[in-house]
Amino acid sequence: MAKLGYLPKEKLTALLEALSKEQRLFVPCQAGDAVLFQQYDATKTPCLDRPATTPPKGIIFPQDDTLFTFTYHKDAEDLKKVSVELKENLDVAPTIIFGARPCDAKGFLIYDRPYTETDTPDPYYKKRRDMTAIMTLACPAPSPGCFCTSVGGDPADKDGSDVLITQLESGYLFESITEKGETILQNSLFEEGSSYQEQAQRTHEAVAELVRKPFQVTEELTQKVLSLFENDSFWEEEANKCISCGACTYLCPTCYCFNITDEQAGSSGERIRTWDACMFYHFTLEASGHNPRALKHQRLKNRVGHKFSYYPQKYDGAIACCGCGRCVRYCPVSVDISEIVAHAQEYTNDHGE
Amino acid sequence: MTNIYLPHLARIITIQDDTYDTKTFGLELVDAEARNTFRFRPGQFLEIAVLGVGEAPFGLASNPNHPEAFFVTIRAVGSVTDALHKLSPGDIVGVRGPFGNGFPFDEIKGKNVLFVAGGIGLPPLRSLIEPMLDARSEFGDVQILYGARSPADLVYKNRLKEWETMQDVRFMMTVDVGDSGWSGNVGVVTTIFPKADIIVDNTVAFVCGPPIMIRFAIMELLRLGFAPANIISTLERYMKCGVGKCGHCAIGHKYVCLDGPVFSYREMMKLPERVV
Repeated sequence: MAKLGYLPKEKLTALLEALSKEQRLFVPCQAGDAVLFQQYDATKTPCLDRPATTPPKGIIFPQDDTLFTFTYHKDAEDLKKVSVELKENLDVAPTIIFGARPCDAKGFLIYDRPYTETDTPDPYYKKRRDMTAIMTLACPAPSPGCFCTSVGGDPADKDGSDVLITQLESGYLFESITEKGETILQNSLFEEGSSYQEQAQRTHEAVAELVRKPFQVTEELTQKVLSLFENDSFWEEEANKCISCGACTYLCPTCYCFNITDEQAGSSGERIRTWDACMFYHFTLEASGHNPRALKHQRLKNRVGHKFSYYPQKYDGAIACCGCGRCVRYCPVSVDISEIVAHAQEYTNDHGE
Repeated sequence: MTNIYLPHLARIITIQDDTYDTKTFGLELVDAEARNTFRFRPGQFLEIAVLGVGEAPFGLASNPNHPEAFFVTIRAVGSVTDALHKLSPGDIVGVRGPFGNGFPFDEIKGKNVLFVAGGIGLPPLRSLIEPMLDARSEFGDVQILYGARSPADLVYKNRLKEWETMQDVRFMMTVDVGDSGWSGNVGVVTTIFPKADIIVDNTVAFVCGPPIMIRFAIMELLRLGFAPANIISTLERYMKCGVGKCGHCAIGHKYVCLDGPVFSYREMMKLPERVV
């Protein structure tokens, strides 16, 4: 049974103070022109009126992460004999992400299938995911470029969140979704919330109406996008203005590709995982010089294909796009993935594929 | 939970120079328990690391019936392989795996087997050839066709001589460009197809080599009448994690590291990118 709690606006700081005492608390903060998730302290003012420029994915899946360290040891007796010591780097502190948006929370569900719901779970991701609670703010208004309702989401979607927060006139309604969420709502700052539920519901419905709907996910969409895969001219046209900068992948809550590299100084070093992007030429370049995706339209096709065809084929129809619209908002040359999918749908309708 | 990214340490036991740019490294896991439980199937691969330089995927080349002393054959072509070539016996590397699906073995007992190998494509096939020779009576005709760029590029020269003299193996080789000491066939591997009396009926063909060689060998096998399901090859892709997460080797909804690297030509034709 969901727990409800009402928090008057003026008590928000007190709540953040209280939460940050128990665990690491991340809130979206204004940083120059951007809004970034930062670790909360008394000097920080949360910025909740618009979605963060970058999603909170880095809190659970850091942009660079040391997986382990290694040290070469020389044997004092026989200097030619060298041994190696490996040390796993898996320290994780309990964490709360406050003020994510429903699309951000949904992004983690897309990670979960390959990263935790498999025979080979990713220990770093899983541990952080298990130890993180996500307190999501239902969108008070759509943002430019976003399209969550086209991909099965909703501006007040609860999937993937532990608490859903709805901004009301003079305060916030908090609703627990999971056990982790219930624990948070036990805080004594919360007032009885059930009388605000109807008001929250009306807000949710009003915002959902305003979200643009460039296309509709249908059962055939996956097949339609796939059927275009041999049609190079369609993808060349869509990729015409793309400059392969990869910004879309770094801003995407669901893009989960990475690279692994070693760094060493002296006799010790570390193995580091960093985000990587299928939009880069080097992503598929082999040492032999062979590159199966040497052209930019092949790479764009891979990104769109992964989200709307490959991933759904692998995971029971689930679309690997949460419709947050960041790639649309911040693409320097205005490539719009929702437009590409709409075009793919139109194209296959017109050409009877 | 096992940490899929944490390598086992392995000691280099032997290093054999195969060619001017290719060496075979015999390895042994340092941890006794890991060593005793290590098993692999023909056609699987390892992620091998020079800690501090990086990690790269390599097909296991040795006989899976002897998992305690496994080897990989490596050509120096990039930063990790160059660093590996500078190591000596006794040095330590990181090893993760084995990964991948591997070649069919029990499934093809009773059938004829044709191997078509190009250059450094022979090592992964050797992990299948050797256990097949161990169980020779369980297979029909066994034929190995091997091509390399030049006589100096042929790997496992001593073993090739043994295969040449074996009564129950039909072995032929060729080089793209000969030299003064070479009296054999000159031409790419498909040029020996007409002279090889290839049996098509009830035969499974295994093809491994550089992408361009795989492409032409498959075209030729199809022309001879092989069904796409009976042509089995490996796909080469840049790989990082080996466990279906990092995305580098994804082709459509298949991951070369999980669903491959071994695919039949029939499976390859279904992928949404042209792969051969």
